[in-house]
Amino acid sequence: MRIVVAVKQVPDTAEVRIDEERGTLIRDGVPSILNPFDAYALEEAFRWRDELGGTVIVVTMGPPQAEAILREAVSMGADEAVLLSDRAFAGADTWATSHTLAKAIDKIGEVDIVMTGKQAIDGDTAQTGPGIAASLDWPQITFVGKVKELTNEYMIAERYVENGIEVIRSTLPVVITVLKDANTPRLPSLRGKMKARKMEIPVWGIDDIDISPEDAGLDGSPTQVVSIATPDTSVDGDIHKGTPEELARKMAELLLRKESI
Amino acid sequence: MDYQLREELNDIKEICAEIAEKYIIPVRAELDEENRFPTEIMKVMADSDLLGIYIPEEYGGSAEMFGGGSMALCIATEELSKACAGIAVSFAANALGAMPILISGSEEQKQKYLPALAAGEKLAAFALTEPEAGSDAGGVKTKAIKDGDYYVLNGTKQWITNGGEAQIYTVIALTDPSRGARGLSAFIVEEGTEGFSYGKKEDKMGIRASATRELIFEDCRVPAENLISKEGRGFLVAMKTLDRSRPGVASQAVGIAQGALDEALKYASERKQFGQRIDSFQGLQFILADMGTQVEAARALVYSTAKMIDLGAKKFEKESAMCKVFASDVAMKVTTDAVQVLGGYGYMKEYPVEKMMRDAKITQIYEGTNQIQRLVIASNLIREAASGRKK
Repeated sequence: MRIVVAVKQVPDTAEVRIDEERGTLIRDGVPSILNPFDAYALEEAFRWRDELGGTVIVVTMGPPQAEAILREAVSMGADEAVLLSDRAFAGADTWATSHTLAKAIDKIGEVDIVMTGKQAIDGDTAQTGPGIAASLDWPQITFVGKVKELTNEYMIAERYVENGIEVIRSTLPVVITVLKDANTPRLPSLRGKMKARKMEIPVWGIDDIDISPEDAGLDGSPTQVVSIATPDTSVDGDIHKGTPEELARKMAELLLRKESI
Repeated sequence: MDYQLREELNDIKEICAEIAEKYIIPVRAELDEENRFPTEIMKVMADSDLLGIYIPEEYGGSAEMFGGGSMALCIATEELSKACAGIAVSFAANALGAMPILISGSEEQKQKYLPALAAGEKLAAFALTEPEAGSDAGGVKTKAIKDGDYYVLNGTKQWITNGGEAQIYTVIALTDPSRGARGLSAFIVEEGTEGFSYGKKEDKMGIRASATRELIFEDCRVPAENLISKEGRGFLVAMKTLDRSRPGVASQAVGIAQGALDEALKYASERKQFGQRIDSFQGLQFILADMGTQVEAARALVYSTAKMIDLGAKKFEKESAMCKVFASDVAMKVTTDAVQVLGGYGYMKEYPVEKMMRDAKITQIYEGTNQIQRLVIASNLIREAASGRKK
């Protein structure tokens, strides 16, 4: 079983602020982390690799420093890693990103499953996984809460959707996006950290994969972020005073008036 | 203080800190309250390769990676103890139980037992103490009488850390009652051996997540091949084991103290009285300064001793006792001060410092009381001085 896990380095959103004048994220001094949802994709890949045998290859596209999350993934248990890094990849939207990742997956070769987190916590699009599937022309199962069965021919997975659970059976190869319900990600191990420190991670640029320049980076991106802003969340509140009984009566009246109950 | 630890030791520190944050801190109060052994957390430690850091590579561990294993054990124990000393001692006592096999076991014994311990598939415990043999370790009454290819064990061991949770026990018993301490021998006893059962589980003041239990031997037949070293070497095996493990207790004490200092600093920066942060008051600053200085001094002594052991020193009985005495006294002092800094809140169970104070006390008692350690230190000093005069 060869499983590729596509991961993303994201700013720790707990510490990100927005520069409203320039319409960009202020990333200075903000620590970069492995997208938390991708940890569930990694664990799912490790779990099945441990059970069925095989290889987990972790791949990311990003600036040279994105290598840090690949080493983190190796310390948790990934067998191989690939960094896609080139100025020509910069400024990519979800289409160009998933297309570039798909081309890298082609080059990695003989891949049975691609896994990603359900979405990244910075862009929140949840499009890259499906984009990879579209670009590779593979089936996809998104929002997977549980992989129930996996063989060399097919996968049966549960999609956790708004009103219930869909059970999907797909032939391999397949792309899945994983929810946090799927598992509890393991911690790095000492041997993993050792391996991660020593590993030579190949860096692939635009010439290393079969992609035309007009399909990569900013040039290959049909969409652009026009502006970015923090929504105004301040809501006017009313303050009522009285005994608990009076306040309860008041609250019930207000709710009834709004037809909330 | 930056000790310029090698990268591999920092890996241990990072992994333990992550385990502490994700697995220990959320449950430590509950385990303490319920007197419950951290089985799941021991599993997480095993999966992170922490249970083999003091065991050589040829037996499935990774001690070479850290330059020996003593420093590695100290770093891990300290980091875990910052969060919960009860969980940390479960980790450290596992190494203590394996130590007699590691330092005095035969090649066959090492091959048979160490890989499972390194992988965390099994846990170990060390059994020396008895109702009448505490500080006077030579007063062991448990007998091991040879009968063909077996030794027949009879007696009771008391207050055994990891008792009932471990699968492999290293037990000190009397093979020749006429020779006192020279009649003691060390044995490996596996859980499930006929005639071996568990007795009372203790209800303790502190380190309540750890298991402390009686071991009962009633005509327990142990294969003769489970004798560690030779008959009559049990006391020596026990003393060598404890010389190696005392820096572990000392690092437990350093960890507890550091944990309490961290809590005190955090609280003092948030708490306001008389309109200002309490850490702006000089009276409180003096307490914090002393706490910090004592913790750092204790750590320096522990690290120096661990380094000495890793570098292959033959004799370290004195240093091992010194770091245990000093660090455990510091832990008691610093945790008491931390409760004082937090005032009424410090006395309440909603804050972790009262537990740290309860946990600290045992470090002055177990693996040789601090009074016994002082005897050891003094006798070494006097002997060294006398031999210096002869030269």
